[in-house]
Amino acid sequence: MARPGEFPLLSRILHWTMAALILAMLFIGLGMAASLAHYHQLVAIHRPIGVLILVLVAVRLVNRLVNPPPPLPADMPLLLKFVAQASHVALYALMFALPLVGWGMLSAARYPIVLFGPLRLPPILPHDVGLYAALRTTHTVLALLLLATFLAHLGAALTHALVFRDEVFPSMAPWARRRVRIEAEAEATPEV
Amino acid sequence: MPDHGTPSSRYGLSALIRPRALASFVVIGAIVAAVAASFAYVAGVLSPHRLTQARMIDRFELVNGPHPGFRRNHAKGVCVAGWFDSNGAGQRLSKAAVFRPGRTPVVGRFALAGGMPAMADNPKAVRSMALSFRPAGGGEWRTGMNDIPVFPVATPRAFYDQLLAARPDPATGKPDPARMKAFLARYPQTGQALRLIGAQPFSSGFDNASYNSLDAFRFVDAQGRSTPVRWSMAAVQPFAPEPAGEAGGGDPNYLFDALVARLRQGPLSWRLVVTVGQPGDPTNDATRPWPANREHVEVGTLTLNQVEAESPGDCRDINFDPLVLPPGIAASDDPLLSARSAAYSTSFTRRAGEAKSPSAVQVPAGGKGA
Repeated sequence: MARPGEFPLLSRILHWTMAALILAMLFIGLGMAASLAHYHQLVAIHRPIGVLILVLVAVRLVNRLVNPPPPLPADMPLLLKFVAQASHVALYALMFALPLVGWGMLSAARYPIVLFGPLRLPPILPHDVGLYAALRTTHTVLALLLLATFLAHLGAALTHALVFRDEVFPSMAPWARRRVRIEAEAEATPEV
Repeated sequence: MPDHGTPSSRYGLSALIRPRALASFVVIGAIVAAVAASFAYVAGVLSPHRLTQARMIDRFELVNGPHPGFRRNHAKGVCVAGWFDSNGAGQRLSKAAVFRPGRTPVVGRFALAGGMPAMADNPKAVRSMALSFRPAGGGEWRTGMNDIPVFPVATPRAFYDQLLAARPDPATGKPDPARMKAFLARYPQTGQALRLIGAQPFSSGFDNASYNSLDAFRFVDAQGRSTPVRWSMAAVQPFAPEPAGEAGGGDPNYLFDALVARLRQGPLSWRLVVTVGQPGDPTNDATRPWPANREHVEVGTLTLNQVEAESPGDCRDINFDPLVLPPGIAASDDPLLSARSAAYSTSFTRRAGEAKSPSAVQVPAGGKGA
């Protein structure tokens, strides 16, 4: 069970698992678009990981409704709270949209959507190359937005941990709690 | 700390400009910048000389000029359809559904190698047959084959260099001999391959040509055993050499027109022949033939009976990616395969987003049926 001010264990497992998967997918996606030698292998793992992320983000949304996240620190300025919440909405939207757009664009291109071995997804859109082109561009734009949001999220998390030293970072990374508190106390003690 | 009691002290400006906070911002900035730089490196942004699919297709566009809406290579083509009758002999080597005894629908495309969609048919142009086998239960198989015995280059880089070396000089209409000579000196296996290609007589048409996978693949059987293979569509129509004299009597589409006329008279057939590689046979070098005494397994017959001009939703809008493979067929270590898959995808994506214009190859009304 979660201590007060901490994300529940399931939420933390989902967060850190998806963090690793999304970081990997950003590298795989960027790499496969610029690699002749490894393109085939990278595409072959890009599809199943994308589907895994789609499943996990659905689980995660349900979990978020069942186990709401701890509130942000009461003294956090409203503007910062708004930016934090907006960035989380953006991350959820992108985690849903990217796999769905990817699935849709492969459908519109009439590619078989192979996960592994004989396991494949059915098409969700008709064969239409104009639609494919639009979705393919959308996939790239959304991926770059996710990349930017990911970097902002990383920067914000580190700012909470190292500069604000509030409860935000330890709420998702409880192992950092003790260290943050000790350092905060040390900082709070005036040196003479 | 004097400001510790006020509600927003941790977030206030005075807290953020303390030396310790500023030092932390430097660390945070360095971490975020390092991750961003890793992204940029992987994406090739920092490597202007890395050969990527975008640069490969850029080179096609450079040497052929812009032809929006068309394939960047094998630009001039026509759509066909028919079926494949498997005799079951392929099951010994591959568990792919297409090799079970029975009939599989097939759509395909005949084309000329080259990135000019209005090029005139000519006896020296390499002809290609691209196919998509579509078994009812899934397990689609796509393959693109050429009517030459070996491929002129072994690697993507050599292919990229060849495109520029073989580019016709605007003054003479022929490749610059000095540049071609330098290219051949750099890639001696290409000279070898071109001699093999030149030694094989060209047939008179698309219908009596045989088409080869060139790249090696692996067949995987139901027990998981993997066998290196190459395959060919061997024409059932008897070989006839290209006639002497002016090819096609001035008709710039004489090869395609003859194919359409031939398909109107009746279906055309090819035997799918699988060549079984032995240990030591090169699977990573499409310029080198395998020994002639390798086992050949005839696994079925392709019959084509329909032809139509490229139009929305037909073969025009299919990417004949050679790595769209069913369980039972897998890529070999041939570096051309992943590169073809990548470059075809870029070509497909670019043309998918462009306005389309009609193919130079048109099929007169009534040409659909056999």
